[in-house]
Amino acid sequence: MTSIKDCLQERILIIDGAMGTMIQRHHLKEEDYRGERFKNWPVEVKGNNDLLCLTQPDIIKNIHRQYLEAGADIIETNTFSSTAIAMADYKMEALAYELNVAAAKCARAVADEYTAKNPNKPRFVAGAIGPLNKTLSLSPDVNNPGYRAVTFDEVMQAYYEQVKGLVDGGVDVLLIETIFDTLNAKAAIFAIKKYFRDVQKPELPIMISGTITDASGRTLSGQTLEAFYTSIMHAQPLSVGLNCALGAAEMRSHIEELSQMAETYTSAYPNAGLPNAMGEYDEQPHQTAHFIEEWAKQGYVNIVGGCCGTTPDHIKHIAEHVKNIKPRPLPVVEKQFI
Amino acid sequence: MSEQIVIHPYLRLSGLEPLVVRPETNFINIGERTNVTGSKKFARLIRENKFEEALSVARQQVENGAQILDVNMDDAMLDGVAAMTTFLNLLQAEPDIAKIPIMIDSSKFAIIEAGLKCVQGKCIVNSISLKEGEAKFIEQAIVCKSFGAAIVVMAFDEVGQADTLQRKVDICKRAYEILTQKVNYPPQDIIFDPNIFAIATGIEEHNNYAVDFIEATRQIKQQLPLAKVSGGVSNVSFSFRGNDVVREAIHAVFLYHAIRAGMDMGIVNAGQLAVYDEIEPTLRQLCEDVVLNRNNDHNQATEALIAYAETVKTKEKTVVKDEAWRNATVEERLKHALINGITDYIEVDTEEARLKYAQPLDVIEGPLMDGMNVVGDLFGAGKMFLPQVVKSARVMKKSVAILTPYIEAEKEVRKQAHLAAGTINQEAAGAAKILLATVKGDVHDIGKNIVGVVLGCNGYEVIDLGVMVPTDKILDTAIKENVDIIGLSGLITPSLDEMVHVAKEMKRRNMQQPLLIGGATTSRIHTAVKIAPEYPNGVVHVLDASRSVTVAGSLLSNDQKKGFLDQTANEYAQLRENFLNKKPVKQYISYHDALLNKTNINWQNYKPVKPQFIGNKVFDDYPLTELRTYIDWKPFFIAWEMHGNFPDILTDSIVGAEATKLYNDANALLDKIINEKWLVAKGTIGFYRAASQNDTLLVQHNEKTYHLECLRQQIKKAANQPNLSLADFVKPAENIDTADDYMGAFAVAIHGIEPHIRKFEVQHDDYNKIMLQALADRLAEAFAECLHARVRKEFWGYAPDEQFSNAELIHEQYQGIRPAPGYPACPDHTEKYKLFELLNATETTGIQLTESLAMYPGAAVCGWYFAHPQSQYFGVGKIQRDQLEDYAQRKNWSLDEAEKWLSPVLE
Repeated sequence: MTSIKDCLQERILIIDGAMGTMIQRHHLKEEDYRGERFKNWPVEVKGNNDLLCLTQPDIIKNIHRQYLEAGADIIETNTFSSTAIAMADYKMEALAYELNVAAAKCARAVADEYTAKNPNKPRFVAGAIGPLNKTLSLSPDVNNPGYRAVTFDEVMQAYYEQVKGLVDGGVDVLLIETIFDTLNAKAAIFAIKKYFRDVQKPELPIMISGTITDASGRTLSGQTLEAFYTSIMHAQPLSVGLNCALGAAEMRSHIEELSQMAETYTSAYPNAGLPNAMGEYDEQPHQTAHFIEEWAKQGYVNIVGGCCGTTPDHIKHIAEHVKNIKPRPLPVVEKQFI
Repeated sequence: MSEQIVIHPYLRLSGLEPLVVRPETNFINIGERTNVTGSKKFARLIRENKFEEALSVARQQVENGAQILDVNMDDAMLDGVAAMTTFLNLLQAEPDIAKIPIMIDSSKFAIIEAGLKCVQGKCIVNSISLKEGEAKFIEQAIVCKSFGAAIVVMAFDEVGQADTLQRKVDICKRAYEILTQKVNYPPQDIIFDPNIFAIATGIEEHNNYAVDFIEATRQIKQQLPLAKVSGGVSNVSFSFRGNDVVREAIHAVFLYHAIRAGMDMGIVNAGQLAVYDEIEPTLRQLCEDVVLNRNNDHNQATEALIAYAETVKTKEKTVVKDEAWRNATVEERLKHALINGITDYIEVDTEEARLKYAQPLDVIEGPLMDGMNVVGDLFGAGKMFLPQVVKSARVMKKSVAILTPYIEAEKEVRKQAHLAAGTINQEAAGAAKILLATVKGDVHDIGKNIVGVVLGCNGYEVIDLGVMVPTDKILDTAIKENVDIIGLSGLITPSLDEMVHVAKEMKRRNMQQPLLIGGATTSRIHTAVKIAPEYPNGVVHVLDASRSVTVAGSLLSNDQKKGFLDQTANEYAQLRENFLNKKPVKQYISYHDALLNKTNINWQNYKPVKPQFIGNKVFDDYPLTELRTYIDWKPFFIAWEMHGNFPDILTDSIVGAEATKLYNDANALLDKIINEKWLVAKGTIGFYRAASQNDTLLVQHNEKTYHLECLRQQIKKAANQPNLSLADFVKPAENIDTADDYMGAFAVAIHGIEPHIRKFEVQHDDYNKIMLQALADRLAEAFAECLHARVRKEFWGYAPDEQFSNAELIHEQYQGIRPAPGYPACPDHTEKYKLFELLNATETTGIQLTESLAMYPGAAVCGWYFAHPQSQYFGVGKIQRDQLEDYAQRKNWSLDEAEKWLSPVLE
């Protein structure tokens, strides 16, 4: 079968859009989230979108289908928060592994369905590894800047379990995304490397996607883009890129910069613009696609898609706009000074 | 398409910022003072748990030019893992230090691992070696690689530390091969330390150590591609410890040669690097001999240097750290500390400020908030980022913590005073509520919203009534919700009067809440002079959002409130007094003399132009497309709190992008307004035969003679400068029948805004709501401008050949004026009645006059036309009693009525 690396040499690949935005459209209630199995769960679980892979797998599969239908080559598992640390909010720490397996299976099944329909356009499943609600580089206590709410080992172990679940569920690549604290991402990289060493299997490709949060052009933990890239390049990732926080208009200069320095393929999946006063995303599919088409023409990107506020319609527009544009060629990486 | 990108195999490191080591990169300084084995001071600070102070050692290294920071916690008395973790975690919160990469330095691998778990950037591990065999070496290298660190490999193997050139090179080669072949370590990430040992120790075997290091460096760089060389430079001069002059000279000479051999980086005291060329020549020569082991067969060179060293008195070295800011005022120092997040001096500076200011709270409200405002601005502009801001907040908190006991003590004093006097000193119950509103007539609320957010963040319950809120609604809500503070906001000048009105009403209703005043046109002086006297229970002007928190805090603390209000009241009383004392500086002349000093117009030579028609002309539905071209955009942007000239503002480096967006949105809405006929422009103009008699204008219309009354400037003018009145611009005549001059009038309005406003309100679309209001205002002004142009060129026709651009129109370069009743040239609003009657304006234009002479709809403009080339816009200014009496007589008013309507121009 054609690998994702083969496909990346040929064309710009499309990654899917927002999961949360699509789940919202279903107006699910507490009992929908609980399903039969968690009927008597002691705490409220409404809003735990990752849980839906267990309780409403058809809804999740359908969303995946809509994105595949729109032209996505890569779909992300619904596992942004499926770690023991993030699940603690719902007292579901113990379910972390199971959630990842279930989510990976949902995505796997639907992706295979579409690959079978059109073997010339193979679909890939990216195991989504989110940033956690606890951070290793910042103190939550202003008065005690040396304090950390969590340790590196705890974070690494939580990611290790997530990686195990995703791999067991059958993902093709592992995607560390929405990185606002590079040290969390380094713990995830550490966990991935350790997992594959422990099970003595070949490593799955790693995709890495950071988040520039504001006008300073830095991550939330204060790194410049180049410092961030320097800090994670030891992962030897398949791709490195940016997602979330910014709309395409604001993200452009950062993607341009990254495209000049990255040894690997580059990815970009911005939000649908910046949120309006009501917290909603207004940018229309053709607008997002227009920005991304320009990046593609400039040769900045290999993988594009959408983050918060984007919909299958956005993905469809993006896919159509970039389908005839050549992907960014990989840079020449010197082994010696010439 | 982009050209082929080439990525070079540089050593790339990072803290918050990247550090790329290129072949052409100069020697890299690694700061050594944050090392408990090398710095007694640092060791003591760590042992005593004084981590804050220990951080200042790190900061000093950065300020002195360290590009990488070496951190070492190897001390038998320390829990090295805990000390490394604590120090590095703290260091991550110091952006000015954390910006550079960290070298985690330990002989214990557990401490290295602990360090690697604390740093987000790409570090250097210092060091691993073959000391415990190949297996251990590989294991440790894999861990380092998993963290993405570069590594320093010491020339050390199972046998021991390499002390000869040959062993140095052999061990490094062996390590390089293992790392690149078995661990797949990127060769550019491997840094060798071929051991710098002390020379000039008196032991002859040591004499060649420096030469061996330099030569090993040369061979490593030649034979091991991309590998780097580093070393601990201070070791080389160990035998001269205590004599910094000689030590620094040896370091400089050693580095000079080692760097030429290929040494890439070294651990140095970044504050104490001598410049090779500036070393005293004799000393330099002696150092050359010792370092290069020349003329030294029997330690001659060593002995010569020792002898020389005896003669060198260690000179007092000044710290090179940039401490210039310490010389500034205490306010500047506090600001600097806040912006740079420096806590080192915050205690002394806070104490100094506390002694300087009357009250400890003043320190918070003054210099501290000033500094935080700068931080806020820089953050907003993307020049500071979150960790820095968090750090600034920490400096702020530290300073506040120092002040708090004093504030508490003052509270206690007041409490005791309450007890002694038997007055009540009750505690506040529940979360304090603060009501915010933009007053009636004003649609601006950006600043108010910011205040709301800031107060909300500080734990207050904010009730925001929005914009254009009538007094009754503000006060009814305040009573119903039992709010603790009322805050009023306004941007346009009429809001100032409305605020005065609110204050009066609060007094009438016997309310108790303090009243806060804020917004762009408000000022401390206006609040003190006009608003504060109207309400006895506390009026405070709040300069900006950041101040609102401290003000609210003071007002809601039962202990502080009275003191704060008393203090404010005293300040305001002082301001009022100063204000009133300043006034007599202006000198006035009698009304009689002012009348004699009217505009000097040679009426004999003036031939008035007769308008094309006499009487009125109505425009029922004037084309909006035409009005659009007359829009003056500058006030539109000001309405949105964007200041600057149009169209320059669209390309402004700071607000340009936002301004362009706003401009585009405005034009899109204008397109819609025009295409979908949302609004209707109605107007009437009229021309009448007119004559002047002193300050009365006689106007004839429909067989009736109207007497328009004008006010004249009474301020003492410079020689040859007239005391102006609008009556000056019309030719005098005995009576109206002999008059041969003319004047005109106009009234225009934009109708139809209301249903669309309601629609936007339902949609909670404040943006478009305010946009529509602002555009309607602009269209009304444009209508007035457009008609005035046509009046000049065609309807009156006194300037038929006029050719002006819109910009020139905005700058009023045309002949003739169109002043409006109620504005500076004719401050009496009641003259509008006559204007409306002349034009039959209510019937023809649909404009209603309210009892306070405001026009409804709000997007309306009216005024008089004067054609004489010497007519000009002016402000009447203040008038004196004699003119008031004369004017009252002319208007057939009682003096009370005259005082009421003319209050703005009375002193």
